Amino acid sequence: MSNKTISNRSINDQGESIKNGSNPFYDPSLVGRHRSAWLFRWFTKGSIILTLSFLCFFLFDMARTAYPALMQTYVKIDVSYNEKSVKFTSKAIDKKYRKIVSRSWLRDIPKQLENQPALMGSTVQQWVLADDQVDQHKKGHHHNLKTKTLRTIDELEKQGRIELQWNGIFFTHGDSKIPENAGIFSAVVGSVLTLVVTMFVAFPLGVMTAVYLEEFARDNWLTRLIEININNLAAIPSILFGLLGLAVFINLFGMPRSSPLVGGLTLALMTLPIIIVSSRAALRSVPDSIRQAGYGLGLTRVQIVQDHVLPVAFPGILTGSIIGLAQAMGETAPLIIIGMIAFIPDAPTSIVESATVLPAQIFTWAGMPERAYVEKTAAGIVVILLILFVLNAIAIYFRKKYEVKW
Amino acid sequence: MKSNGKTNMPGNVTNSTDVKIKTSGLNLWYGNNHALHDINMEIHKNKITALIGPSGCGKSTFLRCINRMNDLFDHVRIEGQVVVDGKNVYDQDIDVVAVRKRIGMVFQQPNPFPKSVYDNVTYAPLKHSLVKKGSESDELVESALIKAGLWNEVKDKLHSPGTALSGGQQQRLCIARAIAVKPDAILMDEPTSALDPISTEKIEALMLELKKDYTIVTVTHNMQQAHRTADYTAYFHLGKLIEYNETEALFNNPVHELTDSYISGRFG
Repeated sequence: MSNKTISNRSINDQGESIKNGSNPFYDPSLVGRHRSAWLFRWFTKGSIILTLSFLCFFLFDMARTAYPALMQTYVKIDVSYNEKSVKFTSKAIDKKYRKIVSRSWLRDIPKQLENQPALMGSTVQQWVLADDQVDQHKKGHHHNLKTKTLRTIDELEKQGRIELQWNGIFFTHGDSKIPENAGIFSAVVGSVLTLVVTMFVAFPLGVMTAVYLEEFARDNWLTRLIEININNLAAIPSILFGLLGLAVFINLFGMPRSSPLVGGLTLALMTLPIIIVSSRAALRSVPDSIRQAGYGLGLTRVQIVQDHVLPVAFPGILTGSIIGLAQAMGETAPLIIIGMIAFIPDAPTSIVESATVLPAQIFTWAGMPERAYVEKTAAGIVVILLILFVLNAIAIYFRKKYEVKW
Repeated sequence: MKSNGKTNMPGNVTNSTDVKIKTSGLNLWYGNNHALHDINMEIHKNKITALIGPSGCGKSTFLRCINRMNDLFDHVRIEGQVVVDGKNVYDQDIDVVAVRKRIGMVFQQPNPFPKSVYDNVTYAPLKHSLVKKGSESDELVESALIKAGLWNEVKDKLHSPGTALSGGQQQRLCIARAIAVKPDAILMDEPTSALDPISTEKIEALMLELKKDYTIVTVTHNMQQAHRTADYTAYFHLGKLIEYNETEALFNNPVHELTDSYISGRFG
C-alpha cells in the first residue's frame, strides 16, 4: 500500500513521465539538442560532399577534354620523294591532299631523306600526319574545312585511309605554332630543370635557416624580427618574386633570361619561406628530452642536432619541402615576368638555355586561337596534375620510410 | 620562510676530505623570479644525496645547476659557486661540455635516443673518443649494461631500438648510457617517478650498487625512496635549503618545523 503511494507521488511530481511510460531518463530538452547536432553534422558533411563534387567535376571534365589529345589523325597517301619535293615539299603529295596533310610533316621531308637516302626517287604509300583541321573534323569538333576538302576526306574515309593513331608527338615534341606538331616535352624538361635548380638552392638554404633559428639562435628581438619577416614572405604575391628575380638575377647579375637558372632561383626565393616554416615546425616537434639527453652526456649542440634531432625531424622536413616544390611547380606568374613564357620549340639541354615550364605552356596554349589547342591545354593540365600526384606520393613514401617509431 | 637559528646548515655533516661537490652562495633567477636563494651545500663522494621538497621548491633547478644544464635556458642568471673537485664549474676557463661529460644526468622521463640499444650506449663515448668502434665498443656496451643491470634482458636485442624497451628498461638504458661516458657523479632528476613499483625497486637497487663508484645526487618526490636509498637528504622549500643532514637524522629528528611537516605528510 505504501509502495503504491510513493510511486503515485513520483508520477505526480514529474508529470511528463506519465506520457512516456514512466521513463526515468526522459528529458524533453534532448529533442532540440539532438536535432541541432544532426543539423550541424549534415552541414559539415554537406560541405565535404560539395567540395568533393566540385573536384570530381573538375577532374572528369579535364580528363574528358584531354582525352582526344592522346590520339591524332593520320591519312594514308602516296608520297613521292624526288629532287623537286626536297625543294618544294608540298610537291611530294597530290595537289588535292595539300589541305589535308600537316605542314609540319611536309616540312620534315628533307630530313627524312637525309636519314634514309634510299627513299630518293621512290613513291611510297604511307601513314602521314594530318592537318589539325582534318583532325578536329575526325574528332567531331568544330573545323573550317572547305566542301572540296571534305569530299576528299570522305573518299579517304571510305577507303579506310584515314584513322586516329596514338599521338606520340604530344609527348616527344616541343611547342609548335602548328597544332598537330605541338607537344609538351620541352615544357616538361624546362619544368624539371627549373625544379632541380629550385631544390638545390631552396632545400639546403631553407633547412639550414630553420636549424639555425630553431636550434641555435637565442630568442631576442632580432630573431623575432626575422621570424615575422619569414612568415610574411610566405604570404607575398608570387608575381613580386618574379619582379625581384628580374631585377636581381637578370638585370644585376646578368643571368640569361628565360632560363631555368633564373626561373629556379626565383622559385627558390618563393619556396624558401615554406620550407623554413615547415622545417621549423618539424624541428619543434622533436621532443626536447632528446636534446636534454644529449646535453646530459656532454655532447655539443652540433652533435645533438646533426645525429639526434635532424634524423627525427627529417620526414617532416622532407614532406614540407616537397609540398613547397609542388607549389613552385605550379607557379606561373613570376616565371612570366622573367620571360619563361617564351615560345620554345626545342627542349633545353642546360639550365642556361631558354626554356618554358608546364604551367606557362598551358597558359600559352590556352590563349591560342586554333580549336586543336583546347585539348592540348587540357592534356597539359592532366600532365601537371599527374606530376604533382607523383610528387605527393613520394612525400608520403619518404615520410613513412624515415618515420621514427617511439 | 626565513631560515632561523634552528636551521641545520651543511656544516654539521661536513667531513671535508670526501666532499665531491660544494656549492656556496648559489643564487638563481629565472628572469625576475628568484628561484634559488643562497644555497650552501656539500655533497659527499660515493654517497647518495637525496633532494626532497614540495613541487616548485627549486630542488630540480639546484640539481641542474651542478652540471650547468640551466645554461640552456634563456633568461637564467646564476650567481655563486659550484665547486666540483676543487674547481668552480662556473669559472671562465671551464668548458661546459667537459663539465657535463664528467657529471652525468638521468632524467624523469626515460629518454633514450631513437636508435638501437647498442648505439644509445656507444654514441657519446665514441664522440668523446673514449673507445674505438669494434671490439672496444662491444666491451663497453656489455660492461655498461651489466652495471646498469640490463644486460641479461637486452643482450639478444642490442640492435633493436632502445625506444622499444619497457619504461623501466629504458630508464636503466639511460643509466647505462650515462655510465658509459665514465662520469664521476650522476645526477638523477626524479628517475623513478614515471615508473611502476617493480621498475622503481630495480632502479633503487641499482643506485645502491652504483654509489660504490659514483657520487649520486637524486631528486625525488617519494620520501620512502629517499629514506631507503639516500645517505644524506636535503629538504628544499621555496628556493631555500631548509635542512640538510644524514638521512636517518633528518627523517627521525627533523630540526626545522617545515621539514617536520613535509616528511610527516602535512603538505607537499
